[in-house]
Amino acid sequence: MILLYLFIAFFLANLLGYGGGPASIPLMFEEIVNRYQWLTSDEFSNVLALANALPGPIATKIAAYVGFAAGGWPGFIVAHAATIVPSALAMILLMRVLRKYRQSNVVKGISLAVQPVICILMVVLTFDIIGDAAAQIGWLQSLAIAAVAFLLLTKAKVHPALVIVASFVYGGLVIPFLG
Amino acid sequence: MEKETTTQYRQLALAMLRTGLFGFGGGPSVMPLFRVEAVDTYKWMDNEEFGETLAIANTLPGPVATKMAAYLGYRLKGWTGACWATLWHIFPTSVAMVLLFSLVDAISGSEVVAGMIGAVTPVIAVLLAQMAYDFGKKAVKGFGWVFGILTFVIAFAALQGFDVHPGFVIIAFIIYGVFHYKLMDKWRSRQKGESS
Repeated sequence: MILLYLFIAFFLANLLGYGGGPASIPLMFEEIVNRYQWLTSDEFSNVLALANALPGPIATKIAAYVGFAAGGWPGFIVAHAATIVPSALAMILLMRVLRKYRQSNVVKGISLAVQPVICILMVVLTFDIIGDAAAQIGWLQSLAIAAVAFLLLTKAKVHPALVIVASFVYGGLVIPFLG
Repeated sequence: MEKETTTQYRQLALAMLRTGLFGFGGGPSVMPLFRVEAVDTYKWMDNEEFGETLAIANTLPGPVATKMAAYLGYRLKGWTGACWATLWHIFPTSVAMVLLFSLVDAISGSEVVAGMIGAVTPVIAVLLAQMAYDFGKKAVKGFGWVFGILTFVIAFAALQGFDVHPGFVIIAFIIYGVFHYKLMDKWRSRQKGESS
C-alpha cells in the first residue's frame, strides 16, 4: 500500500510542477509532510538542504530520500519511477511527432518562436542566481568568480566541469578563511 | 557497427554522469551542461535542435533534467538509450542522498561546504548567461533585429511584468510560431503588390 501512495504522491507533485524540479518542491512538501506524514516539516527542510548541497536534479534527490525512508529500496525505486517516467515519456512521444514534421514551415516556425522565450527565461534565471551568489559570498567575490569563469569558458575554452571543480576548490579552501 | 554502439553507450553514460555530478542548483541550472555535452562535445544535435528540445521540455510538467536526459538517450539509442541515460544522470546523487543522510547536520552546517556552494553559483550564472546569449542570437537571426527585440520585450513583459507562468508563455509563442512563416509569406507578397 505504501508503494502505491508513494507513486501517487510523487506522480501528482511532479505532474503539477511546471518549470522543472525546483518548482515542484512546495507540492512535494504538501504530499510528503501534510498528506502522508512521511517526514516532519523540520526533516523535510533538512532533506532539502542536503539535496541543495549535492549536484543533480532536485526532484529525484527528494524522491530518493523519501522513497527510501518510507518504503526501503522498493520505495526508492517507485518514487523515482513516479517522478521521472510520466514526464519523460510525454517528452519522447511529443518530440517524435515534431521530428517527423520538422521540414514543415509549421515546426520551423515553432522552433524559431520559442528561442526568445527561452532566452528571456535564461536571463531571468541568471539574475536570480547571481543574487543567490551575492547573498552567500558577497558581490565582490561573486563578480570576481564570474569574471574568471567567463574568461576560462570563452577565451581559454576550458570544459565547464573543470571550471566548476576549480570554483569548488577555491570555495572550500579560500572563502571560509577570508572573513 | 557493434563497436560504434558500444562507443555511443559509453559516451551517453559519461555525458550524463558529468551533467549529474557537476550540475548544481536543480534542473534548469544544469541545462548549459547538457548543451555542452550534446552540442559541443559529442555533436549529437546542433544548437537549434537543442533549443527546440529544451523549449518542449519546458512546456511539459515535471523535472526538466530527467526529461532532457531521457530524450537525449532516446534520440541516440531508442528506449534503451532513454533508460540508460536517465539512470546515469540520477543514480550517483540519488544513492548519495540515502547514504549521506546521517551526515546532514554536519554538511549543512559546514563552512567549507557553504563556501563551495557559494563559489560555484557565479560559475553557473555565467554558463546560463552564455546560453541566453546563444538563444538571443538565434532569435535575432531568425526574426531580424526589430521583430526580434520586440519578441524579447513581449516575453520579458509577460514573464516578469505580468508574472505569467513560463509554460503558458511558451505555449503562446508556439501557437504564434505555427503561423509565423505563413504570415511572413503573406506580408511579403503584399509588399511586392504595393511596390509594383
